[in-house]
Amino acid sequence: MLRTINLKRAFRVWQRHFSVYTRLYKSSIALNFVEPVLYLVAFGIGLGVYIRDINGVPYIKYIAPGIVASSSMFAATYECTYGTYVRMAFQKTFDAILATPVNIEELVAGELFWASTKSAFYGTIIILAISFFGLVDSFFVIALIPVLFTSGLIFAEISMICTAIVPGIDSFNYFYTLFMTPMFLFSGIFFPVDNLPPFISKIAFWTPLYHLTNACRGFVSGKIDGIIIDILWIIAFVLILAPIPYILMKKRIIK
Amino acid sequence: MVIIEAKGLTKDYGNLRAVDHVDFQIKKGECFGFLGPNGAGKTTIMRMFYSLVVPTGGYIKIFGMDLNRHASYIKSRLGILPQDNNLDLELTTLKNLIVYARYFGISSSKSKRKAEELLEYVGLTEKAHVNIRNLSGGMQRALLLARALINDPEILILDEPTTGLDPHSRLNVWNKLNELKEKNTTLILTTHYMEEAERLCDRVAIMDRGKIVAIDTPENLMGIYGGNLEDVYLKLTGKKLKEENNVENNKS
Repeated sequence: MLRTINLKRAFRVWQRHFSVYTRLYKSSIALNFVEPVLYLVAFGIGLGVYIRDINGVPYIKYIAPGIVASSSMFAATYECTYGTYVRMAFQKTFDAILATPVNIEELVAGELFWASTKSAFYGTIIILAISFFGLVDSFFVIALIPVLFTSGLIFAEISMICTAIVPGIDSFNYFYTLFMTPMFLFSGIFFPVDNLPPFISKIAFWTPLYHLTNACRGFVSGKIDGIIIDILWIIAFVLILAPIPYILMKKRIIK
Repeated sequence: MVIIEAKGLTKDYGNLRAVDHVDFQIKKGECFGFLGPNGAGKTTIMRMFYSLVVPTGGYIKIFGMDLNRHASYIKSRLGILPQDNNLDLELTTLKNLIVYARYFGISSSKSKRKAEELLEYVGLTEKAHVNIRNLSGGMQRALLLARALINDPEILILDEPTTGLDPHSRLNVWNKLNELKEKNTTLILTTHYMEEAERLCDRVAIMDRGKIVAIDTPENLMGIYGGNLEDVYLKLTGKKLKEENNVENNKS
């Protein structure tokens, strides 16, 4: 059975990751920053020349909010797949933490909240970057940050579920190739999904990235009609998934 | 006073019985050793003390409390030196201790003071701001010991405390453990070095294939079976402690 979570102890785990991160951030921040900007330049400027406006928006402006969404997503997924797995299996960090008053439930909560913190952080960096390019139209964009944090929890939960069941670190290839990459391509970041065959656009509706992309586009452009649906969808999904990583990680770690 | 009590303790991994109906009582302030080769079930028992392994049968009570229900509280009074080095490789020596102190809810001002005190105790003061990767194996082990002491534990659980150490570092660890014993800290350790068991342990549980085949003081065991603890092990189990070690070493 799951025990109640002492948030203070979960925060200690979060703090540990923060301490480690602040020692290493210089190298990792640059990498996380470079890739989205490359997408923006390659697709927005390179490909954008050959593409007419989408829904009356120049192509680079169309994809910019989507790059916020995808960067934010990948920050959480990398953290809770490779990051969590290395701490669990190679560095034995979890063994060290669980030998203290911190219980497994608190450890998992700390991991998830750290990943979603990174989600919000990297999303914010991209927001700053695209506003530098003049691609942000509205101050509503500030309201996007808590949304990034919340959707970060979904991506963290999904990744953690994957981490709890993979036989080895190589198995993450399947997760990325079969799940993350298709979601990245077909969630409305690069083109509207309405034009896809109906069954694909229906699948897109059931992915968190689709809703996050809608929310990003809404807050960045200031056209926030209807995005309440996306935000409610995100909150509901966080809650629906919530117990699963705890149960599966407990099963994996406590023998 | 009994501080740890285990009855009928059993652990199955599928068809493999790692720990097989083990009973023992550990008294406050004593040094209790589990002696046996790798694979005898020692580490499994150690990991049960902090709930990383849940028994299939039987129970462990620590401080008279059920471990499952009071895990956090019990763990707040234990110090654990694991077999594997699980220090935070990205952090400095000092920061490792401070981060660890936070898990116990120790305030930041107090944890810094305590961490510096412990570094002094294990002789790592000069290495306080060095990255862990630059510490020798013996120093990392000393840091793990310091980390296990961050919460002033009443019970110190040491899984193979000196495995892989050179004779000098080993002696250092033994001296520290003897000092802690004098301060009335309860020590529980696993080892496959008979010298370690003879030097440190008040009582020894001889383990073979998940079972405890004898529990007594080293003196009594040697008195009854003759020779040193290695001979005792051979007479009780029909196996040599050392040969088994070599097999294990070749495997790993």
